[in-house]
Amino acid sequence: MNYKDAGLRESEYLSLKETLGREPNDLELRIMGVMWSEHCSYKSTRPLLKKLPKEGKYVVLGPGENAGIIDGGAGVGIAFKVESHNHPSAVAPYQGAATGVGGIIRDIIALGARPVASLDGLFFGSVNSPVHDGVVKGVGGYGNCIGVPTIGGKTYYDPTYEGNPLVNAMNIGTVKVDKIVSSQTAKPGQAVVILGSKTGRDGIAGAAFASTELKDNTKESRPSIQIGDPFVEKLLTEACLEMRDEGLFVSMQDMGAAGILSSSSEVAAKSGVGMTIDFDKVPLRAEGMEPWEIALSESQERMLLIVEDAKMPEVFRIAEKWGLDATEIGRTEEGDHYRIYWKGKIAADVPATTIGSDCPVIPWPAERPDLETRWNKEVTIDAPSDPGKALLGLLSDSNLHCKEDIYVQYDSMVQTNTVVGPGSPVCAFRVTESGRICAVSMEADPWGCELDPERATANLVARSCRVLSVAGAVPAGLTNCLNFPSPEKPKHFWVLSHSVEGMAAACKALDCPVVSGNVSLYNETSVTAILPTPLLGVVGMVEAPAILKSGSWKEGDLLFLAGLNTPTLAASVYQRHYGHDFAGRPLPFDAEKEKAFNAGALAVAQAQAAHSARPVIGGGLLTAVAKEAIDSGVGVTLDDKNYTAAELFGEGATVAVYAVPADKAEAFRSCWKNVPVEQIGVVGGESLKLGSATLATVAELNSAFRK
Amino acid sequence: MKTAVVVFPGSNCDQDAVKAAGAVSGGSAVTVWHKDSALPAGTDLVILPGGFSYGDYLRSGAMAANSAIMNAVIEFANKGGLVLGICNGFQILTESRLLPGALLQNDCQHFVCKPVTLRVERADLPFTLDYKKDEIVTIPIAHGEGRYYVDPEGLKVLEGEGRVAFRYCDACGNITAESNPNGALNNIAGIVNERGNVLGLMPHPERYSEDLLGGSDGAKFWTSVKKWLEGGRR
Repeated sequence: MNYKDAGLRESEYLSLKETLGREPNDLELRIMGVMWSEHCSYKSTRPLLKKLPKEGKYVVLGPGENAGIIDGGAGVGIAFKVESHNHPSAVAPYQGAATGVGGIIRDIIALGARPVASLDGLFFGSVNSPVHDGVVKGVGGYGNCIGVPTIGGKTYYDPTYEGNPLVNAMNIGTVKVDKIVSSQTAKPGQAVVILGSKTGRDGIAGAAFASTELKDNTKESRPSIQIGDPFVEKLLTEACLEMRDEGLFVSMQDMGAAGILSSSSEVAAKSGVGMTIDFDKVPLRAEGMEPWEIALSESQERMLLIVEDAKMPEVFRIAEKWGLDATEIGRTEEGDHYRIYWKGKIAADVPATTIGSDCPVIPWPAERPDLETRWNKEVTIDAPSDPGKALLGLLSDSNLHCKEDIYVQYDSMVQTNTVVGPGSPVCAFRVTESGRICAVSMEADPWGCELDPERATANLVARSCRVLSVAGAVPAGLTNCLNFPSPEKPKHFWVLSHSVEGMAAACKALDCPVVSGNVSLYNETSVTAILPTPLLGVVGMVEAPAILKSGSWKEGDLLFLAGLNTPTLAASVYQRHYGHDFAGRPLPFDAEKEKAFNAGALAVAQAQAAHSARPVIGGGLLTAVAKEAIDSGVGVTLDDKNYTAAELFGEGATVAVYAVPADKAEAFRSCWKNVPVEQIGVVGGESLKLGSATLATVAELNSAFRK
Repeated sequence: MKTAVVVFPGSNCDQDAVKAAGAVSGGSAVTVWHKDSALPAGTDLVILPGGFSYGDYLRSGAMAANSAIMNAVIEFANKGGLVLGICNGFQILTESRLLPGALLQNDCQHFVCKPVTLRVERADLPFTLDYKKDEIVTIPIAHGEGRYYVDPEGLKVLEGEGRVAFRYCDACGNITAESNPNGALNNIAGIVNERGNVLGLMPHPERYSEDLLGGSDGAKFWTSVKKWLEGGRR
């Protein structure tokens, strides 16, 4: 077999040959082709990712394990990570999305955490995209059955995602800090155990498939698709957590990309032990499987455990209780040999450290795209002059429209801890072990990132922290999914690099470290590349006495705008909806302004000085006001301040609208230091009014938003 | 009040039921494994919880209906013991013929999770004593197969004997097609057996048993059973 057919570059092949001191055999070539694929090795992005801050006062576990963990208080860690399943979902929407959910859940289980909440970030070409319904059904089908609530997420539409949808699945788990499980603690002389499903021919080399552009004829990629069974994963979850409670394993790793090979070699490399795996012992569900197929199969619902011999009987007992296979397939040893046996002979013998961590980095060339042309381009806006009519049009835009048709298909309440479910700026759940409330945001801004990746990504971090602060939660850590096109094109790589630079700067400035993440490159078809799409999930504990919700206006509340409302129409929904294009330059990231705002927002929540709060994001101020009115079922009269279109519909300003009871107005104002606060209206009635002019009734707003 | 919640492989609302029934009633709530052949001594209430028992393989509830513990549950029910089947538990009750009819795929063809309004049709059952007849309550549903169906003869019996315990309704209590989330016959959300000790319903009262989670209309299930037991009726 030629090294190119295995997906290796010449330099990688030569490096491998030098390490081995001999010609690698076919199995070794295939192994390294997958393990050194972009998906498994991060060879294009490792130097970039090093720029992201990993330390913070809440960080319990940073990048390097299966997910990151922040301190949720009372000795409970909050584990979380987001991961993409883009390519599989393009080819097989239901299974691609379902196994995306299943995969990220196993990452959380691998830390010894119980999965307690999921979020999903979906990006489609349009609501009519052929993969749309399948993806949504897949997310729900897996999450609903396994009993992990999908409590929030985001869905965005842009033509560049047609043919290359993005499916980013985030999962959050809780674990007592002293029960955290590591994949790096194996010792020589222990049993390597595979727990869960049998190994079949599904998902063979899916990691390699995820590391190239999508082909026009996706039927050929079908064997790379994994098939999920959430029922088995539910059993696997319970079995793993029961074994954790009884201290039955010393190390655990989920089997995701590149299956047995990846999970076992990672444990060996990270733990600093050698390992022998006997493929004759692996329970198979297909006849005549070749060793490379066994090595690379991505059959779902399998975990790798490292177990001391004395504990094996208990492992078998619990596996049998849950109706799962548990099989010893190998041993850990002294040294650095990672060996595979097949029919009694050594079939592969590669240093574990070579597989696990020695992948050569590729320094792709970067070339700055012509951003100035985009910044200076004029977009002709063809919007109704009446702001009420313009607002109703915006609310019907698929990017602002109510996503209830999607999230109604997700069980958002199972586990009975969901405090704020889907449809709000943040979602929140109660931590069973402590009773505390954890809030979660998910945000993306592909259009802004196209115009100025550095600024827009920095602003995205700021926005993510802001929405949590408004809810009364202190941002503690961030996970990201970097969805970008091929890094092999210099302009794409420049955008990716500058997006990460922006993220790093903002995360540092706002003290929001990156604890986990995932990179998905090569998101392009023969027609187009996707917009640069970093997606962020930020987690924080609610420090206020109660979470400050949105959509809970009361008649007579005073409506306040906190922050300086100087937004831009660049990349706004208004510009895209009424200009059918996007141009201009996103606003610069201003750390001091963000910190002052977040401090004020947290003080308001702490003082319980407002009934309701909503950060101004997509669709601008008037959309935020309209959504509050819709969710509260009550109208508002705004003071007529001769607003410009940018002030009503622009985005990117560090502002939020608050409904404040009259007797708390002074307390509310006093929460803000160095942040302008202005009363802009009074809640009441059945319409959204601007001065004496009725823009729309709440019923009309509701209908535009939902129908 | 001693509650026993049966755990089948794939149950996923078992702990929710344990939490809600235990916390609201102040009594004990424990789980029972599907392979057990007996219920814990002194059990007052058996809950068959929601979830996807056996992954919904074959048919929702079909495999669970044939598990070892169900013999004990059926015997318990036949002696007048209180059995509450929620969602998948309701499906298990129809599959095991403790209740008539079947739960078919929602007419919208997909899973639906949202709070719905229900009209209380029977406020004289051990599970519903604390509700008022015709009271409108909000309790969430979360199912893909909740469209209640029974043959015309069976429906006549159910309606004739007043065995429909809850119906989907609009905010004013009207029984309308729009307020029917799954296409269930006669907007049926929950039914009871002849004796009144076995209740199956698609909505999840355990999910709306405390205000922090959005509502507490479901809490009256647990206070009702407690009151009924304290009245010495068991």
